[in-house]
Amino acid sequence: MRINWLRAAGFPAILAALTGLAAPASADDLRIGFLMPVTGPLAQIAKDSVNGFRMYLDDHKANFHGATVKLIVGDTEAKPPTAVLQAEKLIKQDQVNMLVGGVLASEGYALAPVSTREKVLYISSVAASDDLTQRDAAKYPYFVRTSWTSSQPSHPFGEWACQNGIKKVAVIAADYAFGYEVVGGFQQSFEACGGKIIQKLWPPIGTSDFSPYISSIKPDADAVFILPVGGPGPLQLPRQLQQAGIIPQKKLIGAGTSFDEFVLPQMGDEVIGGISPLQWSAALQTPEAVAFVKEYRTKYGKVPSYFSEANYTTALTIDKVMEETGGKWPGSEEFIKKLTALKIDAPRGPISFDDLRNPVQDIYIRKVEKTKLDGYPQAELWNTVIKTYPHVSQFWTYDKNQYLKQPVYSRDYPACKNCE
Amino acid sequence: MDARFWLLQVFNGVSYGALLFLLGSGLSLIFGVMRIVNLAHGSFFLIGAYIALSVIRFTGSWLLAIPLAALVIAVIGMGIERIFMRPLGGDHLRQVLLTFGFVLLFQQGALDIWGGDNQFINPPKTLAHSLVLGDIHLPFYRIFIILVAAAIGLVLWLALDRTRVGAIVRATVDDAEMARGVGIDTSRVSMLTFGLGALLAGLGGVIGGGFLGIYPGQDLEVLPLAFAVVIIGGMGSLTGAAIGAIVVGLLDNFGKVLFPQASYFTLYAPLVLLLAVRPTGLFGRE
Amino acid sequence: MNRRRKMLTGLVALLVVAAAMPHTTPFLLMLFTRILILAILAMSLDLLLGFTGIASLGHAAFLGLGAYMTAILAVRYQFGLGWDFWLVAGFGMLLGAGTAAVFAVFALRARGVYFLMITLALSQCVWGLAYRWDTLTGGDNGLNLPSRPVLGPIQLGNDTAYFYLVLAFFSASLLLLYVFVESPFGRSLVGIREHESRMRMLGYNVWLHKYIAFIVSGAFAGLAGVLWAHASSEVSPQDVTLTTSVDALLMVVLGGPGTLFGGVLGAVIVLLLREYLSTIVPWWPYVLGAMYIVAISYLPDGLLGTLRQRWRPAPVADAPSPEPLRRESNKGFNINQGGIK
Repeated sequence: MRINWLRAAGFPAILAALTGLAAPASADDLRIGFLMPVTGPLAQIAKDSVNGFRMYLDDHKANFHGATVKLIVGDTEAKPPTAVLQAEKLIKQDQVNMLVGGVLASEGYALAPVSTREKVLYISSVAASDDLTQRDAAKYPYFVRTSWTSSQPSHPFGEWACQNGIKKVAVIAADYAFGYEVVGGFQQSFEACGGKIIQKLWPPIGTSDFSPYISSIKPDADAVFILPVGGPGPLQLPRQLQQAGIIPQKKLIGAGTSFDEFVLPQMGDEVIGGISPLQWSAALQTPEAVAFVKEYRTKYGKVPSYFSEANYTTALTIDKVMEETGGKWPGSEEFIKKLTALKIDAPRGPISFDDLRNPVQDIYIRKVEKTKLDGYPQAELWNTVIKTYPHVSQFWTYDKNQYLKQPVYSRDYPACKNCE
Repeated sequence: MDARFWLLQVFNGVSYGALLFLLGSGLSLIFGVMRIVNLAHGSFFLIGAYIALSVIRFTGSWLLAIPLAALVIAVIGMGIERIFMRPLGGDHLRQVLLTFGFVLLFQQGALDIWGGDNQFINPPKTLAHSLVLGDIHLPFYRIFIILVAAAIGLVLWLALDRTRVGAIVRATVDDAEMARGVGIDTSRVSMLTFGLGALLAGLGGVIGGGFLGIYPGQDLEVLPLAFAVVIIGGMGSLTGAAIGAIVVGLLDNFGKVLFPQASYFTLYAPLVLLLAVRPTGLFGRE
Repeated sequence: MNRRRKMLTGLVALLVVAAAMPHTTPFLLMLFTRILILAILAMSLDLLLGFTGIASLGHAAFLGLGAYMTAILAVRYQFGLGWDFWLVAGFGMLLGAGTAAVFAVFALRARGVYFLMITLALSQCVWGLAYRWDTLTGGDNGLNLPSRPVLGPIQLGNDTAYFYLVLAFFSASLLLLYVFVESPFGRSLVGIREHESRMRMLGYNVWLHKYIAFIVSGAFAGLAGVLWAHASSEVSPQDVTLTTSVDALLMVVLGGPGTLFGGVLGAVIVLLLREYLSTIVPWWPYVLGAMYIVAISYLPDGLLGTLRQRWRPAPVADAPSPEPLRRESNKGFNINQGGIK
């Protein structure tokens, strides 16, 4: 009798899989559900993020002061409904202690309610939507951020720009919430100091051909603020600006993500001189940063972007809390209390947390330069730090309550009073 | 908004349209001969660009990369037609769905082979500057795209109109049954046409790679644009594809500038209206 | 299988599922809830594709409209979170039907591949609106629904409760659609699919038949949208993309067009592969793609259609089931087989 081995083996395997026999959780396990868009157009971001987190885990042999860490990655496919499904699976089936991750604002917004519903800690290591830790913070008591808010770096940058000779700015930014928030923060502080935003152009996400926008740039702008998002945009916009003769005649400034190490290695000379703010730069010359960049580069072959650093620091943060609890999971509420009371030295610099659970951190004004750094063989593009603003919170120098009274930055807020 | 502005917009729209012509002409031909909509057309575009990238990395020659990548895609296209599509005979719907299966395979394959970073094909230095007329900068690369598309359009037209092979293809487009009746091997024609369509898409991808960049998800982004070209111009018509491409390029460009809020809408709404009035497009055939 | 036996088998299958599901893992429960919702979508598409013979690449539009309507009512007007949920379900069907009525006026002017194109363009319009009209739809961020409805003592926030609700809607949809396709009207649809010109010659108002089929299809797809919004408690433009429409089409073709239940089977396969396999291996897209190719190449009538061919004895005269799909050749001769039953 010929036995169909495939069927013989396959059937019980399928059966077992279907009944979802999960390994029983041991008391000393720390189970972390990591939600990332592993397949789909954002796969590289997911890779960078997972690598950042994993590097910390590997360095510490997956042991956080006594707790054995189990990292379970859930693929969100960059789709919010899938993110929700995977999150619920991680919580209900895999019994994770916490959720980490989410990249897009829409993912953050889809996952935050899940954390409230299920009373499970959700650490957003990337998603930056302002209101998650501002006007909507009360809705999401289990939501903590280890990354940033979109407008956090923009506030000091607006002030820096106007103090450093920039008077009239034309903005080309992606037409969605992240774009509005980054630009809004910049506009608020820039105009308060005397600068003028004279034009706001909003190409949709994923635009590859910016010529309609570029040809509309007002000639009397002395700087162009760029925030292209999606697909080819980040590489194309600076290039097309150069081809059209706009830069370097006008100054090139933009959001930190426009020049972040995620895209910088693929860029050319057109971005040299580009200035942007962010809480990270791979060119940071502190010992922690240099060591981090070196280790990451050796291990993964690329310079770590802010995605990698953010997730590495998230792992570091979790470890520091476990240090205080002696390796025992103290429950979501207690964990959040301890986390927000921490002061950490991350690769990006010192971090603490405000009472709405967002980091307070140093913001760096960086300039793209082509240099040889830290003993690497060739001259490459780096985000050299030209100024540091220490201990910047999501509210900058504004009074928190006053700030929360104004609406969230949107396409029309702040209004373009100086637009020509 | 002065003359300078409008001139620039028209130039931009036309150069974008030139790229879309490369993309759409292949799709149009495939439909004309085989009556199927190739959902993997965007994938051919993307993979063509990636292959060119690899060729450039290996050989350093941009000039070599263009024909090489296009040929590889053509071979892949013919292979798919021969092995997977031919057995399905005249079942057009299933052939269409089959092409989508390949989209999935190509998507994941591209990610695994070339990674997920945004990439770019750097054109040679000569093309990196702009033609400066007064205060108007016209990038050379865009001019190059227009010239290439025009050249290819001319070659295709001449081939279809003046050669025997072209006559065979036109006969198959007009009436496949009759063509078989006079002894034309229509399945061979199908295979070669699919290959040609793939080649054009791949070529578009290589050239587009120096203009739009290369990145995951681009395949599904250019696909509706290719459809738009073919819908407006009509399936199976080369002239239609040319006109459709320019129209879409201009519509897209002007739509973004004049009605930024509704930019996706300004492309698809006219399409719907056009199809409602002329279901086979401007120059199409049933 | 005759009608009685089919209904009995169907009933038993449903009962088995209803009883067994809550005892599986929470993940499978949530997954099957979504499978059932998309099965309603697939069945609505099957009505058009398998029974009337027209293929739409834009069904995501109806799903999206139903979902967004539910979300907007819940978020901006706090409507639909109690017993008024039944009203929302009804509105969803009406919205789907109404939109279909408008779309069909444009779409039915086209045939074959052009129909595919125009339905695609229409659903892209809906997607574009969802994306750009951010004051209404939340744009790229999407909308978060406050909670699932509470029907008296029943908290639909409980996944098991929601599963049963969806199962109920699914069963009702299946039953209604089944009655619809077995009715004389439904039979004429099959006739149109088989040989349109002949039906026209026989005096049938073909356009009206297609139009009504489109509207009914849109209604059920809209209902699926309402349920979909509450499944994840959020909606985003991602729900209205080309991929969703193609998924629906694939579910029907995989499962077996013209069998109604084939769509359910297709939904099971596609979602299990996508959502379940993805938790086990990272290379699942290859499996999905390969499966589509293999199934489409070798199972022309879909899974269920092929199985039916195997089980069927010699052609029987009493109330046979609608035959699996065979396309008309592009010249209008129906070489494969003819006639209406």
